[in-house]
Amino acid sequence: MKNLAQKIWIASALAMAAAAAAMVVPQPASAQRRPAAQVSARAVKASATKLSSSVQSLPRFRFQNFTTADGLPDDHVYSVLVDGDRIWAGTDNGVGLYENGKWKTYTTKDGLAQRAVLSLALDKRTGDVWAGTMGGLSRISGGRIDTYTQLNSGLSNDVVYGVSVEGENVWVATAAGACRLNTRTGEWSLWNERNTPMREIWVYGVSAQPDKVYFAVWGSGLLEYTQKTGGWDMYKDPDGETEVVVLKDQGLIHDIVSSVSYVDGIVWAATYFGDSRYDGRYWHNFMTKDSGLPSNFTNFVKGVDGNHAWFCTDKGLAYYDGANWAVYRPSLTTGKPEMIVRNAQGRVAAVPVTTAPAHNYILGIDFQGNDIWVATAKGLSHGIRQP
Amino acid sequence: MKRRLEWSLAIALLLAAALFAAAPWAGKAVHAAARAHTGEPLVYASPVETLFSPDGARLYVLCQESGEVRVLDATNYKTIAKVAVGRVPRGFALSPGGLRLFVANSWDDTVSVVDTRSLQVSATWPVGAEPSSVAQDPAGKYLFVANRISNDVAVLDARTGAEQKRLAAGRGASYVTLSPDGRRLYVTHVYPILPAHGSELGNRMPPESEITVIDTARAVVADRIPLRRIAGVFHVAISADGRLGAVAELHPKNLVPLAHLEHGWAFADTLTLFGADIGPKPVEIPIDELERYAARPFGVVISPDKSRLYVTSGGSEIVTAIDVRRLLATVCARPKPFVEDLSASANYVLARIAVGHDPRGATISPDGRRLFVANRLDDTISVIDTRTNRLAATIPLDGPKDLSVLRYGEQTFYTARYSFQGQIGCANCHIDSTFDGLTWDLEPDGFGVDIVENKLLEGIKDVGPYKWNGANPNLPTECGPRTEKYFWRSENFDDLTLADLVVYIRGLQPRPNRWRSPDNSLTPAEERGEKIFERTSDKLGQPIPIENRCAYCHSGANGTDRKTFDVGTKKPTDRSGLLKTPQLTNVGLMAPFLHDGSAPTLEEIWTVFNPEDKHGRTNDLTKDELNDMIEYLRTR
Repeated sequence: MKNLAQKIWIASALAMAAAAAAMVVPQPASAQRRPAAQVSARAVKASATKLSSSVQSLPRFRFQNFTTADGLPDDHVYSVLVDGDRIWAGTDNGVGLYENGKWKTYTTKDGLAQRAVLSLALDKRTGDVWAGTMGGLSRISGGRIDTYTQLNSGLSNDVVYGVSVEGENVWVATAAGACRLNTRTGEWSLWNERNTPMREIWVYGVSAQPDKVYFAVWGSGLLEYTQKTGGWDMYKDPDGETEVVVLKDQGLIHDIVSSVSYVDGIVWAATYFGDSRYDGRYWHNFMTKDSGLPSNFTNFVKGVDGNHAWFCTDKGLAYYDGANWAVYRPSLTTGKPEMIVRNAQGRVAAVPVTTAPAHNYILGIDFQGNDIWVATAKGLSHGIRQP
Repeated sequence: MKRRLEWSLAIALLLAAALFAAAPWAGKAVHAAARAHTGEPLVYASPVETLFSPDGARLYVLCQESGEVRVLDATNYKTIAKVAVGRVPRGFALSPGGLRLFVANSWDDTVSVVDTRSLQVSATWPVGAEPSSVAQDPAGKYLFVANRISNDVAVLDARTGAEQKRLAAGRGASYVTLSPDGRRLYVTHVYPILPAHGSELGNRMPPESEITVIDTARAVVADRIPLRRIAGVFHVAISADGRLGAVAELHPKNLVPLAHLEHGWAFADTLTLFGADIGPKPVEIPIDELERYAARPFGVVISPDKSRLYVTSGGSEIVTAIDVRRLLATVCARPKPFVEDLSASANYVLARIAVGHDPRGATISPDGRRLFVANRLDDTISVIDTRTNRLAATIPLDGPKDLSVLRYGEQTFYTARYSFQGQIGCANCHIDSTFDGLTWDLEPDGFGVDIVENKLLEGIKDVGPYKWNGANPNLPTECGPRTEKYFWRSENFDDLTLADLVVYIRGLQPRPNRWRSPDNSLTPAEERGEKIFERTSDKLGQPIPIENRCAYCHSGANGTDRKTFDVGTKKPTDRSGLLKTPQLTNVGLMAPFLHDGSAPTLEEIWTVFNPEDKHGRTNDLTKDELNDMIEYLRTR
C-alpha cells in the first residue's frame, strides 16, 4: 500500500512536472531558486503568462472576508472548523458560529473556558465541538458549554494549543504535555517528559486517527503514539537543534514543530523552519528555497489527503498538490490580492485575482467541499472555489 | 409518658433490627430482602411504569423490585404473563410496531429485549451506567438509552444493540419521551448540572437543569431547553399535535433557610411548559396550592385531545388533573413569572385525585378515557376515569399481601404526609433514595450558617455519627427529632414509624461501583493512585503526619474513621472547621464535594481547597499523580 502510494505520488509529480515545464514562462535561473514570495513582484509583471495545464488545475478562489463588522466576535482568528453548513471560528474574543448567514458568539459568559480560542475540533459522531483555549478546554454541545480546566479536571494544563477527536477520545495538546479524555469513562491520561520520549512538554498540535496519534511538540519534534500498543516513537531533526539542513529529506525538517496533520497514513508536519511530509518510511521536506512555500514559518498544516496539503504561514496561505504550489494572500508590498503559482520545476507565475484572504498571517484552515475557510490575524476568509 | 415512649421506641427498634438482621443480605439486592412472619421472602412488584400495546389489548407494567414486566389483559386486568428482566428496571418502551419491548435495567447496566409475541427475553444488551429509560426512533434505526450515572444518552443500533455513540445529556440523565412524530427525543435528568467552578462560599448558586432535545434521525443533540432554578426533572409529555410540551420537575428553594416551610417555601412543585403553544420561552407554572401541595411531581400525560393534562405526585400521593385550555389562557394572561403564586393553580387545576403510595408513571388508554397510574409502594395500578376525574378502579398486582418493616419504612421515606401541610418528604432531597446535588441552609445552626451539601444515603448504616459535624450519634436521632423539628415542622413520627424508616435507610445497599472492574482488579492508573492514597511519606522522603495521610481518616471498608477533623475547608459561614470524615462509598457519584459543596469535582478538593495540605499531603503531587489518585478514589 505504501509502495503504491509512493508510485502514485512519483508518477503524479513527474507527469505534472513534465506538463508544466513546457508551458510556464521561464524565469531567470536566479529567480527559479527563490521562493515564490520573493519573486512575486516579477511574477505579477508576468501575470499575462499562459499557465501550464497542471498549474491551471490549481484551485482559484473568490475570497469573502468576515470581520467584526460582519458579526465575527474578533478579527484575530486562531482557528476555523467546518461542520456542514455551520462554520465555527475560534477568535481572540470567543467562538463565533456562522449559520444561516448570521454570526452567533459564545463567550466566557456562556461558560467558555477563556476568550482566546486557539483550536477547534469536531466530534463527527455527536456534533459536539471541542474548543481549546488559553484557559482550558470547552465542549460546545447543543448550545451548552462544559469546561475542563487544570483545576476542575484531569486536564494537564489550561493552555490548550490543539485538540483532536477520535472515537470516544478527545486528544489534547497543552503547554504542559499531552493528554486524553475518555468521554465514556471520564478518565484522563497524561503524557509528558516522565512517561514519553518528549524532552520539552510544549505540545502545539495533535492529530488523531484510529491507528496512530501524532503530537507536534515545540522543541521536541514529532511524537507518535500507536493506539494498539500504547507505544511511543519520536521523530527529531537529524541535524539537531540547528537551522542547517545537512541532507535534504533525511528526516523531520526541524524540532520546533507547530502543527501536524495525519491523513491517509501520511503525516504532514509544520515547523517554524519549513515543513515535512512523512509516509512512514520516507521524509520529504519543504522550504522556501526549494518549494512554493511563501515562508518557512508555518503556523498550521492540514492535509487534504496523502498528496495534497495546505500550509498556513506568516506570509500567506500555500497549497501543494503533490507537484505544484499556489500561494494566496494580499501582496506583502502592495496589499493587493495575489495568487502565485509555482510548478515542479520551480517556475513561478502570477495569476490575476481580485480577492485574497483577509490577511497574509494565516493561522488555520478547514474545508467545505471545494471551498476553504481560512483563519487569519485580521479576519476569517471564505474561499469560494471558482470554475 | 416520655419514658414509656422511649421504651416503646427502643423495643420497636430492637424488633426492627432483629427482623432486619434475619434478612438474607444478598449483595446484589437493592435492599435487604424482607421476610414475612412465616419466613418467606417478601418480594414486592413495585410498579413504576405502564404502557399499552399498539392495539390496546395489553397493558404492560414495569415492576422495579421484582424485576419483571407484568403483562395484563387491558380489558379485565388479569395477568397474562410475567417476564423476568434485569435488576431494578426503571423504564421501558415498545418498538414502533410493538413487536419488541425494550427494558432499561438500571442496576445491571443492560437493556432486555422482550419479544412481545412469545413474551420471552430475546436478547440482553450491555449499555452505559445505570440505564433508566429507553426509546426507539420511528424508523427503527436507533435505540436511545438514558444513562443516569454516565450522564449521557447511548445510541444503539436498534437491530443488534451495538452501541454507536453517546450524547452528552444532563447530570443524572433518566427519562426520555419521543415527540408524536418521532423526530425529537426529549431527555430529562434528576440532578442539577454542576457549575464549571467552585466558589468560596460553597455551592450557593441557583440550580440549573435542561431538557436535552435529540434529533432522532441524525442522533445528535439538536437543542437544550434550559430549566432555570430546577433540580430534579422527571417525565415529559408532548401533546398529540406536537405543539405543547410539559415536564414535571422540582423547584428547590435551597438558597434560603429551610425555616420558611411554613410559608410554602421549601420546594415548588412545578411544570415547565414549552412548544409552539407557549412561544419561544418556556414557562414554569405551579401546581401547588396552599395546603394542597403536589409534592414530587413525576409522571405527566396529555390526553389525546389535548383537553387534559395529568401529573402524578409521589410525595402527595395524588394525580392532579389540569384543564389545558384554562392553563394556556392563564399563561397567556400572565406574561410575568408566577411560579411562586400559590393561588395560580386554582385557575387550571380541575381535581386532585388520591391514588396509592408513591405514584410514578402514568399512561392513558388509546381512547383517552382511562388514566393508569403505577403506585410503586402499593403494588397497585390506579385507574382514573378521565371524564369524571375520579378513581374508577384499583388494580392489585400479584404479590405479598403483608407489608414488611422495610416496606413501611420505604413508604414513610417517600411520602410527604408528615411535613407541614404535606409539602415535602425524605425523597424530595434524596431522589430515589440517593441525593439531590444541592446544598442547604438548615437553620437550626442559625440563618446563613453552616451551609451543607446533601449526601448519598446508600451504605450509611455503619458510618455514624451523622451530619457533617457528626452531631447526631445515630440514625434514629438523625431521622427522628432532627427531621421532625427542623424539616417537617409538624407532627412527630410515632415510634414504630420511625423504626421502620430507620430500618429502611439502614438497608439501602450501595449500588454497584461503575468505576471498579467486575473482577475488582485495578488499572495501572488506579494501582498508582492506591499507592498514593496509602503512602506514609511524601515525595521528598519526609514522613507524612499520621492525621495527614489519606488512608488514616478514610480508613476501613467505608473509607471513614467516623471521627471529626479540621481539613482546612472552613468557610466564613461555618461555625467550626471540624467535620466528620465522610465515607468514600461510591464517591464518584457524589458531586459536588466538601461539606458545603464548594468543590464541583474531586480534583478541586485538592487543586483549589487544600492550599495548606490540611486535607492530606497532596501539594507535592504532580498533576498526573493527582489524576491517578482520583482514578483510585472512584473505585471505592
